[in-house]
Amino acid sequence: MDVYLPIANLSVNALVIVALGCGVGLLSGMFGIGGGFLTTPLLIIYGIPPTVAAASSASQITGASVSGVFAHFDRKGVDVKMGGVLVAGGILGSFVGAWIFQLLQASGQIDTVIGVVYVVLLGSIGSLMARESWTAIGSARGARPVKPRRRRHHPLIAALPLRTRFYASGLYISPLAPLLLGFSTGILTMLLGIGGGFILIPAMIYLLGMATSVVVGTSLFQTLFVTAVATMVHATTTKAVDIVLAALLLLGSVTGAQVGARFATKVRPEYLRLALAILVLLVGLRILLGLVWRPDELFSIELA
Amino acid sequence: MRARALAAAMLAAPLMMAASASKPVLIPDVSQRNIDIAYSFTGAELLLFGAILYPGGRQPKGEQPTDIVVVVKGPTQSIVVREKEKVAGIWVNADRLRYRSAPSFYAVASSRPIDQLVDERTRAIYELGLGSLQLSPASSAVSDTQARFQQGLVELKRRAGLYYEAPQAVEITDGVLYRARLTVPARVPVGRFTAETFLIRDGRVLAAAVRDIDIRKSGFERFVARAADHTSIRYGLVAVALSIALGGAAGWIARRL
Repeated sequence: MDVYLPIANLSVNALVIVALGCGVGLLSGMFGIGGGFLTTPLLIIYGIPPTVAAASSASQITGASVSGVFAHFDRKGVDVKMGGVLVAGGILGSFVGAWIFQLLQASGQIDTVIGVVYVVLLGSIGSLMARESWTAIGSARGARPVKPRRRRHHPLIAALPLRTRFYASGLYISPLAPLLLGFSTGILTMLLGIGGGFILIPAMIYLLGMATSVVVGTSLFQTLFVTAVATMVHATTTKAVDIVLAALLLLGSVTGAQVGARFATKVRPEYLRLALAILVLLVGLRILLGLVWRPDELFSIELA
Repeated sequence: MRARALAAAMLAAPLMMAASASKPVLIPDVSQRNIDIAYSFTGAELLLFGAILYPGGRQPKGEQPTDIVVVVKGPTQSIVVREKEKVAGIWVNADRLRYRSAPSFYAVASSRPIDQLVDERTRAIYELGLGSLQLSPASSAVSDTQARFQQGLVELKRRAGLYYEAPQAVEITDGVLYRARLTVPARVPVGRFTAETFLIRDGRVLAAAVRDIDIRKSGFERFVARAADHTSIRYGLVAVALSIALGGAAGWIARRL
């Protein structure tokens, strides 16, 4: 079933896009991630222009995170104050991201930078997660109990001024730390078309030392608002949001996410995390190969 | 408009020079003057046809057979072509060249391979064939580099199906009626396309004629493209609202299942 995408200016098979959204949704439901780090590269491999892919996948993540945010609100799993600070940082970051995007586009290095950032992020987060889940699986099998890590924030963060209380997170830290965290995630949202959950969540746990019960909900809260802002920024600057593409992706991903969420309750979380780690590393490896292998096409064309 | 008038004058010039007794006239037409891009657009097939009118009604006996070349061109674009180079282990864009006016689409159909019909100079004048495109690079780079980039550009466009040659795609019936089929892929930009028809004999262009084809988005696609361009804030808000509504609805349904 061919459908013409009015902004990407090409026709795609609608079923392929829906299936792609569904697959990403399945994973995002299972692992509690937005899935943007999969959507954008897959769309680019399918032939969608990188800018349109990043812009449209941002709006897809907005949709994917809505129901999660509501569910976590019901469980009191969102620290609204912390989330607000993160969102403020994220909005600033997405404006800076848009500026960096245009700068890199003009110099012709945008694709390389996106590729390198992906490889570094996916490689480091993936191997951290793989190691962590591997030891967790080992201890679950009764090998050696893992010492419960004491929850505390990074010493650098304690040194920042203007401390304030975040009750739901159980923290007394400077709001500058989450503001900076939100800021850098916002830049990445704009550049890579990702929600940033897979960076935000580890940073919230290991750097800020937030109470784990509010980590996922607060991260989704930030993702919801920042991807919505990123969609707006893309719509007004790059004009690359393809509403037809986003709708097709959403159709697949929202259904996939519900199935995935049900499946996730039946599997042990350590195994789930290991599977996600392997997936993240595989995507990173694929992008790395794309950078180092001699490309089929040495030339590329861009409208001036 | 001035550029088109100039092009018409250029095309007409050889006709005046060839104003001999047996001057044939071309009457070309295309199957579609307008192509509308709608939701299921996967490209279009153009039928280019017409008649060759000889003064005597038929092709004079004893003369060499005439050939027809049809060129379809898309609106020109200003583009930057970049070339990748291996730097520190990864392939990055290094050298670049700007072209002020490269056709977004170029297809040429002929009744025989073009290099058998006309010499290189004539090919360059009328831009017949992928090797004879005048792409007007905006650079003072050495001709080696320019040639490399032009080759890269043409090859890239050819693989995307946006530039191609179709030798022997023009059928001539009884020496007077001709027709050719050319496909326009879905990836073309919208705008004014031209279909130029050339009548060639003895390595000379005897007659030429131009028809315009407008390719434009229609209906919903036109509405979306216009909205994204003109009312971008509202368009962005609608995109965000749509994603929130779809996501919320799915969650609501799932909780009741």
